[in-house]
Amino acid sequence: MSATPKPTRVYYFGTCLVDLFFPDAGMAGIELLQSQGLTVVFPQGQSCCGQPAYNSGYRADALKVARAQLDLFPGDDPIVVPSGSCAGMMKKHWPDLFHGEPDEAKAVQVAGRVWELTQFLVHVLDVQFTDKGEPVRVTWHASCHAQREMGVVEEPKSLLRQLANVELVELKREKECCGFGGTFAVRHPEISAAMVGDKVADIEGTGAARVVSGDCGCLLNITGALEAGAKAARGQHIAQFLKERIHGR
Amino acid sequence: MDGNAPDFAAASRAALADPQLRGNFRRAMDGLMSKRAAQFADTGEWTGVRALAASVRLRALSKLPELLEKLEENCTRNGIAVHWAATTEEANAIALDILHKANAKLVVKGKSMVTEEMHLNAVLEKDGIEVLESDLGEYIVQLDGTMPSHIIMPAIHLNTKQIAHLFKRKIKDAESREDAAYLTDLARRVLRAKFQAADVGMSGVNAAVAETGTLCLIENEGNGRMCTTVPPVHIAFMGLEKVVETLEDVPPVISLLPRSATGQPITTYVNMISGPRKDGEKDGPREVHLVILDNGRSGIYADPELRDTLRCIRCGACMNHCPVYTKVGGHAYEAPYPGPIGKILVPQIEGLAKRGAMPHACTMCNACVEICPVKIPIVEIMGRLRVEAVKPGGAVKDGGAKASRAEAMVWSGWAAMNASPTAYRIATAAMSRLGNAAPASLPMLKEWTNVRTKPRFAGRTLHDLARAKGVPDV
Amino acid sequence: MSDARSSILTKLRTTRDAHPLSPPASDFAPIEAKQWPDQERLPRIRRLMEAVHTEFLDATESDWPAVLREFLAREGVGSLLYAPATEAGKRLVEGWETASPSPPRGEAPHESPEGPAAHPPHPNPLPGGERGPNPTLIPYDRPLEDLKSHLFESIEAGLTTTRGAIAETGSLILWPTADEPRTLSLVPHIHIALLRADALYDTFLQAMREQGWAQAMPTNLLLVSGPSKTADIEQTLAYGVHGPKRLIVLVVHP
Repeated sequence: MSATPKPTRVYYFGTCLVDLFFPDAGMAGIELLQSQGLTVVFPQGQSCCGQPAYNSGYRADALKVARAQLDLFPGDDPIVVPSGSCAGMMKKHWPDLFHGEPDEAKAVQVAGRVWELTQFLVHVLDVQFTDKGEPVRVTWHASCHAQREMGVVEEPKSLLRQLANVELVELKREKECCGFGGTFAVRHPEISAAMVGDKVADIEGTGAARVVSGDCGCLLNITGALEAGAKAARGQHIAQFLKERIHGR
Repeated sequence: MDGNAPDFAAASRAALADPQLRGNFRRAMDGLMSKRAAQFADTGEWTGVRALAASVRLRALSKLPELLEKLEENCTRNGIAVHWAATTEEANAIALDILHKANAKLVVKGKSMVTEEMHLNAVLEKDGIEVLESDLGEYIVQLDGTMPSHIIMPAIHLNTKQIAHLFKRKIKDAESREDAAYLTDLARRVLRAKFQAADVGMSGVNAAVAETGTLCLIENEGNGRMCTTVPPVHIAFMGLEKVVETLEDVPPVISLLPRSATGQPITTYVNMISGPRKDGEKDGPREVHLVILDNGRSGIYADPELRDTLRCIRCGACMNHCPVYTKVGGHAYEAPYPGPIGKILVPQIEGLAKRGAMPHACTMCNACVEICPVKIPIVEIMGRLRVEAVKPGGAVKDGGAKASRAEAMVWSGWAAMNASPTAYRIATAAMSRLGNAAPASLPMLKEWTNVRTKPRFAGRTLHDLARAKGVPDV
Repeated sequence: MSDARSSILTKLRTTRDAHPLSPPASDFAPIEAKQWPDQERLPRIRRLMEAVHTEFLDATESDWPAVLREFLAREGVGSLLYAPATEAGKRLVEGWETASPSPPRGEAPHESPEGPAAHPPHPNPLPGGERGPNPTLIPYDRPLEDLKSHLFESIEAGLTTTRGAIAETGSLILWPTADEPRTLSLVPHIHIALLRADALYDTFLQAMREQGWAQAMPTNLLLVSGPSKTADIEQTLAYGVHGPKRLIVLVVHP
């Protein structure tokens, strides 16, 4: 993957959760890409990858929404997504979703250009960040879909390790789901609560001041539970964390 | 099991409220996951043998009708009587018929998930036949009057103290000792007398070899060997998907099953049975019967996507790695097969009217898919079943049973909002500015805020920020 | 139930033909690649099997009956069930009478350094049978039905041959026959298995290929990798739940 020639222009697919709850993280992702000399295009017509309906069994509704995104990314430029879950939906599931549809070929072409943000920063841009922040201990929460659909495991941690003043302490159960699972969190609130409870305990065990993640679904869940439990640790999207570190605030 | 739809949500609430149970599962599953990982430290070996085992299972499925016929032919030649059952009722009737002919009063059983599917024990007891589970975990669960909570470790929900109390209550002359070695020895003494006296032994089948007419069973305790060797009659039960083509197809499966299940390189016994006692032989059952059960499997097989469900070799690793199973344990599912494989298999066997909620008891984290030794796309099948549950007239029994007009309208509205940039802009602007005023008592928010703060809308969307910062749109 | 048979098979065939499956080729190379040099197989088998409480004794073709007798005497095992019509059974009887009187406890000329030392005295005394330095040989010369109560209630040990062992997993290959019944290795509390040190295989696959199993499977074929064990009580490993409590591998060196 590192052999991919460096592009000069990329598309950015912000995702609906970023749009509503973490726009600053979304903007930080854009700025990280811009800081590497890239032109970042944010098509204003974008909305959602369709995953919520897709995973709830409403594929026709998911298709309708996914289809509305297809024409926003003409050409061959990479599409960067600050979420492993939405990137996974586009890359892995759009080809299935559009299977047998007249625009299947277009969907497959678009899907093939999708990158998760940290994957793109590491493998395509080969970024080298200089840390200007104060010493801090952090831990990394790996989203399930980033790990298992996009194969993003070491990339974000390697970025955190580039930062001289950041001590990364890994979770004991890094691979375990935080219990968000989209509609799962409200369909099975008690189980979801137990799962995020275990995750919060794991985070507390690291003594980290921050838990950094690349997915906003997980972050909504984990930060919500940290706050409700009056825990010291705070959650943050990796794009925003990186941006703050390299700008020294 | 009665016809009422089991309430997973309610059962899981009860499980979550039991700290003892939660502790038992958390400890057990953590241990199993690390033991499995140690067995597959060599990722090249794992990748290669896993691809081989998956190909063995797929090849068997690609020739399923032919292999079942060949299995029947070779078993029959070996002296094994083969019986076919379309339903669990038929399978139970076959079993009763064999037992009656043998005038059986006492049956000893090795582990068999298919007989759990059949609720065979209840059927036999109703007929006045004493039936004794002999796998230690199954024996414990039977004494306790409950169901297995895991397909490999049936009594994993109980700790030593609980089992010691159970034995004290149920076994004559038992001492009250919380010591696994003592308790194991106690069970040994009780069960050896039963093996000696049993009229019929029953077992499952891990793999049936079409080429040679051989039934392969793996186990650690020796109870499987006892059940298939000592009583004069042996009845083996298998789901029709358990066939493999050749004897050489067995080693890849046997290589992955125990390593995936319990993290041991191999089970103590690999028992390969190719017939009853032959003339001149001094032991072994005089009759061996093989009952091949369909119970909905041919329906699963009919759909090219759902068919992958039948690859399963029943190692239970998906349970050990499932974050939901780990929290609530096996009993919450109220099904013969709990955990991820249960969530895709049971709804297909029992129908979506009764089991339509099961595929939703999953965060789609894919941990099970990552470790499945035969690469079953469990989560894809889960997604498909969610579709079938709300779409009338599909490939699965009781398709559309969970269809709800209200829910369909919500998604249709959601799609309309997200498929139109204008509608999306208006809706997100409204949510961003007004969403935080929503009371936490609203449906969904209420469940969410049980242990979390309300999600905070940011006020401005990324669309707003990008526009404001002059990020180009095309 | 032939109705069920034909309806199941017809349904499978029709639906499969509507959606045929093309499985990838089965590449056995990842299993075939598992090989160990000659001198490493036995130590590996020993290490894997000892890890699950198997005990090992070393002997030669000429002295194994004596080694066995000494072991049984030392352990206070009163009775040994054996297969009289097998070559091994005949050798056992021949060698039995000529075997030297049992040595005092603690002197065990044929034990390997790490063998019994790694195993403290067995915690569960064996029930039944006579104790003492002169174990009784009991021939398995009649059907199970005529031996059952004796087998379950008093016989302490059983002796079988093996068809070799497997290095990958540390497993003995047992091939019961009319002369060597399967319960010999199952019901007595101690199972003693003769293993020829030159009959070692790398993998299960290699053993079945080289011995041509698929051409003529016996009624019952077994891989045995240790004494009976369970972890069904809170994942605590306990030995001797239903099958033999102890497995002794008597390695016969050429």
